[in-house]
Amino acid sequence: MDHLTLQSDLKRAGYVAGVRLSMALHLAIRLGRPLLLEGPAGVGKTEIAKALADHLDTRLIRLQCYEGLDASHAIYEWNYQRQLLAIRAAEASGGTDETELFSERFLLKRPLLEAIGQEIPPVLLIDEIDRADEEFEAYLLEILSDFQITIPELGTVKAKARPLVILTANGTRDLSDALRRRCLYSFVDYPDRETELAILNARMPDLEAKLARQIVGVVQAIRREELEKTPGIAEMLDWAAALSGLGVNDMAQAPETVQATLVCLLKTAADRDAAPREVMDRLIGKVA
Amino acid sequence: MAVTRFPARASGLAGRMTGFIAHLRMNGLRLGPQETADALQALSLIDATDPGQARDALASLLVPDADGWRRFDDLFDAYWFNAGKEREDRAANPHVRVQSARPTLWQPHFDDGRGDDSPGGAPESADDGDGEAEGTDGRLIATRTQNLTRRDLRELMDDDSLARAEAAARTLARAIRDRRSRRRKRALRGPALDMRRILRASLARGGEPVDLYRRARPPRPMQIVAICDVSGSMTVYARVFLAFLKGLIDSGTRADAYLFHTRLMRVTDALRDHDTLRAAARLSLMAEGFGGGTDIAGSLTRFVDGYGAKALNGRTIVLILSDGYCSSDPRALATALARIRRKARRIVWLNPLKGWRSYAPVAAAIRAAEPYLDAHLPANTLDALAALEPQFAKL
Repeated sequence: MDHLTLQSDLKRAGYVAGVRLSMALHLAIRLGRPLLLEGPAGVGKTEIAKALADHLDTRLIRLQCYEGLDASHAIYEWNYQRQLLAIRAAEASGGTDETELFSERFLLKRPLLEAIGQEIPPVLLIDEIDRADEEFEAYLLEILSDFQITIPELGTVKAKARPLVILTANGTRDLSDALRRRCLYSFVDYPDRETELAILNARMPDLEAKLARQIVGVVQAIRREELEKTPGIAEMLDWAAALSGLGVNDMAQAPETVQATLVCLLKTAADRDAAPREVMDRLIGKVA
Repeated sequence: MAVTRFPARASGLAGRMTGFIAHLRMNGLRLGPQETADALQALSLIDATDPGQARDALASLLVPDADGWRRFDDLFDAYWFNAGKEREDRAANPHVRVQSARPTLWQPHFDDGRGDDSPGGAPESADDGDGEAEGTDGRLIATRTQNLTRRDLRELMDDDSLARAEAAARTLARAIRDRRSRRRKRALRGPALDMRRILRASLARGGEPVDLYRRARPPRPMQIVAICDVSGSMTVYARVFLAFLKGLIDSGTRADAYLFHTRLMRVTDALRDHDTLRAAARLSLMAEGFGGGTDIAGSLTRFVDGYGAKALNGRTIVLILSDGYCSSDPRALATALARIRRKARRIVWLNPLKGWRSYAPVAAAIRAAEPYLDAHLPANTLDALAALEPQFAKL
């Protein structure tokens, strides 16, 4: 299997990936290395993991990072309430067994431990790693290089199968060099016109060709404007769904609807003001 | 421009690959022998005779960040296709370009006698941040605009102003309240129960949770990094600001102080001296050439390159004390601030000129900097500094 087969397989799973991204994914699979994806919000970094899990026909385990994320939420936690109950129950029937109390039965597996314990290698998505703080990043280094986790009461859990790890970041803070070194890297940018059209066709095959061209043209033009929040692919797809759902076949014919549905695309008041009706009409006229 | 030296058609793929890694390393990417091995392994997994595939594979393997991603194609072409053997400017050190843009008259001063023949390439060759940014060699670089007379900082500090500046700095440091961590640590008192410890301890008491342990969110001390401009245009305010820096360092908060004019220097240790006069004497030795020209962008870039990784984190407030008059490229200043911004929590610019009634931020440098600042506050006298406290409480 080479990267081009992977590319077409992903396309069948509904994800249009560039050649370089496919190569990065291909190497990540073959070398068993984590893949770090960077890029602006809404370009489909998270979707890659989903499509990949779909393609490999395996589980997707997701860890959403946030500030203050700690081991008990990312790795494991003991089920204390159940342990207390078990002590009571054991007392009633005579004597408690401590080893029993710290067994897998009472272990709450969080995403990282879960991913390591799988028989079939899953796709582990560590989303927005730059939101978690430095301590967690440092902890992650150990897991990503050895794929093992130490639980004091149980001992070291080694990965049964190496999960395919995808990390995403969009630059809230700089990641450490150590983490970058362990990962393959790919920068995912906004797609060009052809790619975006291909994405739209893959996701909404029933869409009228003319409308699809108009949507992509307008979105591409809007991205060139100075906006607070540049619309991503997800926004573009939302907008397309809205327009086709409202029965629009040609934007030029339905300027009112276009204006009304812009809420899918422009998410702040300032951006809304930056695209008044005249501007939109001009943009539509250009791409039509 | 220095020329990348190719191992004259090295034998075999391994040799060429080693050369390529060295070429990338020379252009500022941090790669080691491990990467060479990885790259060769990756090539074995693909059709290595197809340059397109090799390019994509090596890109995902060797590039560390978005910046390298943009440059990789050029570097790849340069090595494998001999498309221009000229070495690129190190993008990791944009200040190099600022220096190169200076008149050639200055260039020999940057040479440091390292024996590099081409003036433009001199700062690149051995720089890698350390010698360049820290000035550890003890030599300060003279520029044409520097005052030749040595100014004694002792005359700029008297007991009264020092005391007041210290008081002002202390209230400021107090206003920057410690944040609560979002993680919980075990604590004597706290809102949450530490179930893990309680259960462990209860085993000793037959399963009765008798001893209650707790968890709380520990405070995380905020840090201050103060970067003070001591160039010619700032001379009149230097008295206030140096006293203020001394106050900050002594206030008990974790603080770090730097001075810059055309050159950046760390003065935390000098300021920590209990003997004020001796501290001032050490400072004046360090700030030789104090009162000369300004290179804000270059100094800030040197700060991020050299000290940034250690001095900045998510709990750092960066104070820049400067009037924003500078000769360097405002875009370089914006880039430097953007980089600081990514690593630090807040950037506050204390501007003595802002205390003037008719002040408007028209200087190009300040205009370029403003989008990256969390606050741009006036500070021309001790009273103005003392009045900043409520503003800081908000940060």
